Amino acid sequence: MKYLRWVALLAVSVALYFAPGQMKSYGLYITTLWVVYWIAGVGLNLTVGYAGQISLGQGAFLGIGAYTAAVLSKAGVSYLAIFPTAALVCFAIGLLLGFPALRVQHHYLAFATLGFNMLVFLFLRNEEWLTGGTFGLNNIPRPVIFDVRFTRPLDFYHLSFVVLVVMGGVMAWLLRSPWGRAFAALRDNPIRAESVGINTTFYTLMAFAIGAAYGGVAGALFAPLVQFVEPAPFSVANSLSMLLMVIAGGSGRFFGPAVGAVIVVLLPEWLRVAQDWYLAIFGVLIVLMMVWLPGGLLSLPDRLRGRRA
Amino acid sequence: MTDFLQLVIAGMATGGCYALAALGFTLLWQASGTVNFALGEMVMLPAFLMLFFINVVGLALPLAFVAAVGVALVVMGWGFKVAIVDPLIRHGVIPLVIATLGLSIAMKQTVKGVATAQVRTFPSIFSDTLLNVGGVHVSVGDIGTVVVACALVAGLQAFLGRTLTGRAMQAVAQNRDAAVVLGINVERMVLYAFLINALLAAVAALLITPVYLAKFDMGDTLGLKAFYAAIIGGFNNSRGALLGGLLVGVMENLVGAYVSSGYKEGVALALFMVVIVFRPQGLLGTVVERKV
Repeated sequence: MKYLRWVALLAVSVALYFAPGQMKSYGLYITTLWVVYWIAGVGLNLTVGYAGQISLGQGAFLGIGAYTAAVLSKAGVSYLAIFPTAALVCFAIGLLLGFPALRVQHHYLAFATLGFNMLVFLFLRNEEWLTGGTFGLNNIPRPVIFDVRFTRPLDFYHLSFVVLVVMGGVMAWLLRSPWGRAFAALRDNPIRAESVGINTTFYTLMAFAIGAAYGGVAGALFAPLVQFVEPAPFSVANSLSMLLMVIAGGSGRFFGPAVGAVIVVLLPEWLRVAQDWYLAIFGVLIVLMMVWLPGGLLSLPDRLRGRRA
Repeated sequence: MTDFLQLVIAGMATGGCYALAALGFTLLWQASGTVNFALGEMVMLPAFLMLFFINVVGLALPLAFVAAVGVALVVMGWGFKVAIVDPLIRHGVIPLVIATLGLSIAMKQTVKGVATAQVRTFPSIFSDTLLNVGGVHVSVGDIGTVVVACALVAGLQAFLGRTLTGRAMQAVAQNRDAAVVLGINVERMVLYAFLINALLAAVAALLITPVYLAKFDMGDTLGLKAFYAAIIGGFNNSRGALLGGLLVGVMENLVGAYVSSGYKEGVALALFMVVIVFRPQGLLGTVVERKV
């Protein structure tokens, strides 16, 4: 059975790697965006789904990663250095932000991160010397790694997919390590976790900062994907859709963010036939889905099994 | 100095509106543990309802207000509780947060679809004359807004503290199980909290829209400021919401004028951060013990 899972996982990975080969450029762009959001979602899933903290600032970390990549790549720095830098910058900022917010109850983190996101947005808009203000930064080069150019959309998709597999692998390893157990203990019963000697502040802070670092890596892919960064995509609204992505997919489930990213990135595209009304329909669908399936889409099989029993 | 006073008074008027929304948020939180992310949209919707009753139906502003309050009580009070909060509340805070986020998107985009993204002017219940008090120009609208907001908070405080129903609501907020044992109809008290929230939102809409104009996304910043006001003042205290709202409104105006207009929107966050580091229960709040 376990064997079968690995084979299935491998088959799906290979299929996803080769699937967009025939797509037109817009389809390829959306698919790559889906991969980028998935990476950010994997990080947020650690914070929200495994460690049980509400974070509404993933959009800001995506933005910090994207602007880091934009500024550094325009200065000629290699993407081999940019990915770790984006991750480290976000990790450090995550620590600084989490430290005051985590001193108090967990829904305060929601508001602290929400406000932090607003502040990052203001910084991106106001500090023109660094970020170009509302005009943003354009002509961001696509990565060149070891003389391999990832300029064509399909090549860039493959690069993004490899980054996703690596980041997903690291996360799977982390969740199986003693740290992963500590995160789950934290979510399920923080007071009990504390009483058996788990340093709750340390692990909560780590879960938050590692989640932020994933946002940074996703951002470092977002910038060269769009090849243009401006403050708008990193507003509070985007952080809300990132949280939505994790919860709607199924928080605390490893592949939850993949399904969630379909809802956030692809569903609005499919609803475009409804024109002006597509976001309104989107909102109503979210409400209906939460009322019917509060555990997210991946809880559907459990739910159906539960009904039959 | 006169500039300073004018900024303070205008800030208090805005802050009074933040306070009304914040108060609704606090009440819902206390009564049912609902974190309502559609708060800003619940101010936006009555504003558009009033515009609908004025422009399409042809009612006068006071009648339009009464009609909008009626719709708000049914849709945003009772309907919100029955359709969204009741089925979700037993699953914990997070699914409800997401559902209210979805609700906020749905409300915003529906209004955009019906009324377009155009910015609309809104009639004020106050006259637009400027009073000259010792060289300081203050508008009647600002003074009126502050007075109405303070009166509403004082009235609510009296209702919660002096009447049997109000005290029953407080009992539910403090300890649900004990309230059930005492024979209080908990569900009805929670419903009252939702109705009061809808009423406060409608009044906030009446007061703030003449200044900030009606637009489908007007709730975005308003909702956020109200959250901060609620936490700054203290989550479990209704006077706290008023203090927090006024503080945010005034500080924003002063920072916008004297420090940097670009970072005006960050003031509420800065205040919030300082408060949660040094006084996590809020300025007027009391510490809540953890339950094991």
